[in-house]
Amino acid sequence: MTSYNNTTAQSNYQRRKFLLGGFLILSAIIYLIVSTTQSTSRYYYTVDELVIEQTAAIGENVRISGAVIGDSIRYDADDLKLDFTVAHVPGDSDEIVAKGGLARVLHEAIANPNQSRLSVSYQGPMPDLLRDEAQAIMDGHLNEDNVFVADTLLLKCPTKYEDELPGQTNN
Amino acid sequence: MIVNLGYTALLLALICSLYSIVSARVYINTNRYQWVDSARNAVIAVWFLLTLACLSLVYLLTNEHFEIEYVASVSSRAMPWYLKATALWGGQAGSLLFWSWLMSTYTGVVMLRDWSKERDMQPYIITASMLTLAFFISLNAFVENPFNVLWIDSFGNITASVMRPNANLMFTPKDGAGLNPLLRHPGMIIHPPMLYLGFVGFIIPYSFAIGALAVGRTDSVWIRATRRWTLVAWLFLSLGLLLGGRWAYDVLGWGGYWGWDPVEIAALMPWLTGTAFLHSVIIQEKHGMFKRWNMILIILTYALVIFGTFLTRSGVLSSVHAFAQSSIGPLFFMFITITFTISLVLLFRGWETLGSSKTLTSWLSREGLFLLNNLLFMGILVACFWGVIYPLISEIITGQKVTVGPPFYERTTGPQFAALLFLMGIVPLVAWRITTVNRLGHLIWKPTIISLVVPIISMISGVMNFAALLSLWLASLVFCVTIYEFYRGAIARSKSSGNNFYVALWLLISRNRRRYGGYIVHLGVVFMAVGIIGVEMFQTETQGTLALGERMHLGEYSLVYRDLTEFSANDGRVVTRATLTVYKNNKAIGKLEPQRDYYKDSMQRMTIPDIYSTLEGDLYVLLIDWKPVGLQQATFKVYLNPLINWIWIGGFGFILGTLVATWPDQRDRDILTNNKSFAQPL
Repeated sequence: MTSYNNTTAQSNYQRRKFLLGGFLILSAIIYLIVSTTQSTSRYYYTVDELVIEQTAAIGENVRISGAVIGDSIRYDADDLKLDFTVAHVPGDSDEIVAKGGLARVLHEAIANPNQSRLSVSYQGPMPDLLRDEAQAIMDGHLNEDNVFVADTLLLKCPTKYEDELPGQTNN
Repeated sequence: MIVNLGYTALLLALICSLYSIVSARVYINTNRYQWVDSARNAVIAVWFLLTLACLSLVYLLTNEHFEIEYVASVSSRAMPWYLKATALWGGQAGSLLFWSWLMSTYTGVVMLRDWSKERDMQPYIITASMLTLAFFISLNAFVENPFNVLWIDSFGNITASVMRPNANLMFTPKDGAGLNPLLRHPGMIIHPPMLYLGFVGFIIPYSFAIGALAVGRTDSVWIRATRRWTLVAWLFLSLGLLLGGRWAYDVLGWGGYWGWDPVEIAALMPWLTGTAFLHSVIIQEKHGMFKRWNMILIILTYALVIFGTFLTRSGVLSSVHAFAQSSIGPLFFMFITITFTISLVLLFRGWETLGSSKTLTSWLSREGLFLLNNLLFMGILVACFWGVIYPLISEIITGQKVTVGPPFYERTTGPQFAALLFLMGIVPLVAWRITTVNRLGHLIWKPTIISLVVPIISMISGVMNFAALLSLWLASLVFCVTIYEFYRGAIARSKSSGNNFYVALWLLISRNRRRYGGYIVHLGVVFMAVGIIGVEMFQTETQGTLALGERMHLGEYSLVYRDLTEFSANDGRVVTRATLTVYKNNKAIGKLEPQRDYYKDSMQRMTIPDIYSTLEGDLYVLLIDWKPVGLQQATFKVYLNPLINWIWIGGFGFILGTLVATWPDQRDRDILTNNKSFAQPL
């Protein structure tokens, strides 16, 4: 068995060294998290905020969500280019619940021609769940022609069934 | 009627679990044994009752009782019997019931152990575990009832409830909605049970910890008694995570296995604290240190299990896994708050007595590096937790939602996972208390030199990515050191005992099962790391539209498009299937048939990849689109995922290692014969 008896001064010195090391490691981890948050975070806007209030600069990475308009879906399979239009839906979940649930909000957003709309362009396989009245959650940026270029595309399909499962594609 | 039987069993299970809590309390006050025995019997009765409730629901599912709301929502006539039966966990209400049943299995089995040495803790252990179980059962009984029947009134309004409302008739739909097509996959049949078994298994170490805190025991009995339970829960959680990845890879059709989706992270978080716990309890058992820290870790693990369930089931998140919006969110929130507060109060009450006379003095000791390992697991946990709650916090502070995505998680956890790999490489060679750099260097130089072979060969074959080379080196370092540890131990044993090398190796492992089981798990982690490095850093992809007989290339592989067929399957889907021949270096090696299923009822497409799988990597082919009949053109997306199968192979390392570590060893058997109180049911 190793002896655990150190003189007090010596053990205090070692303890301080030990604590300093721990402090440095923790600081490094916190720095890593904070700096990465700053460089990778993106604003989550609604279509209204993006189109009407023009909150994001052209080229700025943002996340938006909207209701997919089925008739607008165009897919060019030769170069996997997908274009469609989304209509504004509220971003706040309490507001969605107050208006009668996600399925109803999505349905009304598409039926209402005065709702603000946004063209989206995406490169990749067409997600299985992309269809009329699905909710699209997209990461990407607005280009000069006011088209939203999506890098990732996540879909949520509220149905009357319990198992609402969105699909997922990554670029 | 079966539905009444099921619901009655559910209510009785709730009553029994509440009774066990009361009865345990009476024992604490009166100290009469018959009360704690009665509580124990009630805990076991809960298992029988929940088994009955689950069997009733399975019966209703397999016998097409569509008048039951749950059956109508997750099952349909066209589904094969095994999917009907496993639809038990295909929706919110049923999977909650299944969850409770699994938890009652753990709590029931733990009651069968010999309690004579932990009689003082037993009533508190019963209280902590049965309070949790009662919470889940009451969610089923009162909010998400799987036994709700559909009723129709004279205006045609349909409601669901247990009792028939006035002037209503039973409503039986002609067919059910059926399980979501995405869930009709073998991976989905076993992924949820594994994950749940992992989640609920942590109830055992948690309630033992609460028991120890409540009676003020500061020894490590609670840890020793639950060591195997924790390992088993940990193994199931690991396998659940892996199988989920496998399902995503096989079904979701984007060539990946992990997407940093909030629900995936919610399942990863208790795994992180659980893994940290498995490591730090070793220090408490050997040196009596880290007592408070272990309490914090197990309380945190339990809280994260409940938090993860809350995230998945309350509908607060948009995710591949999230269930529909549900009213159980606030109840969960209350439950987490209450249990977490009680746990912390108990912990602070016992804070002083949990101190240790020994202090850490050097980082370069096994204890120090174990602490560093724990710090890194916590660092990864904080990064994950921060990423999940950041949108909520930013909305509260600035009024605008700000989110982080996969790049955030990759950049914050990547370096920390790499540091953990490095620790895994050196810690086996570091002595307790303190090691000098010289001594470590003396032990480590041989494996280090051998481990450099892998990055050097990679560099010669053209890999110039620094991060890839570094992580490959770390993985090979861990591999070499671990193998070296087996070798060193076996050689030493064979010299001292005169046995030959293999006998010595066998004895070495069987006499130190926990240690070498752990090393086998480490080897599994190495394989997994190799797979992750391969697919994350070297994935290549291509796409193309081919006419019949045309060819496309990716790496050493090429594919020739041969045929396209379309047919109706008898479960209500239209299948379009393409046939391609795979060539490697211009030699035909196989056939691939990617397909697109279209479910007519739910109007859902499902793109199912076909994979040519080898240890070197997977050729993963998706059928993207095809031209109408006549032209016979089809578009394919092809991924080459190098080394990906090593991820799944690593999973077998987890299983084997955990089996070795949990198998009763000689010392246990000695204890068993001398002192029956250490007998454990696993």
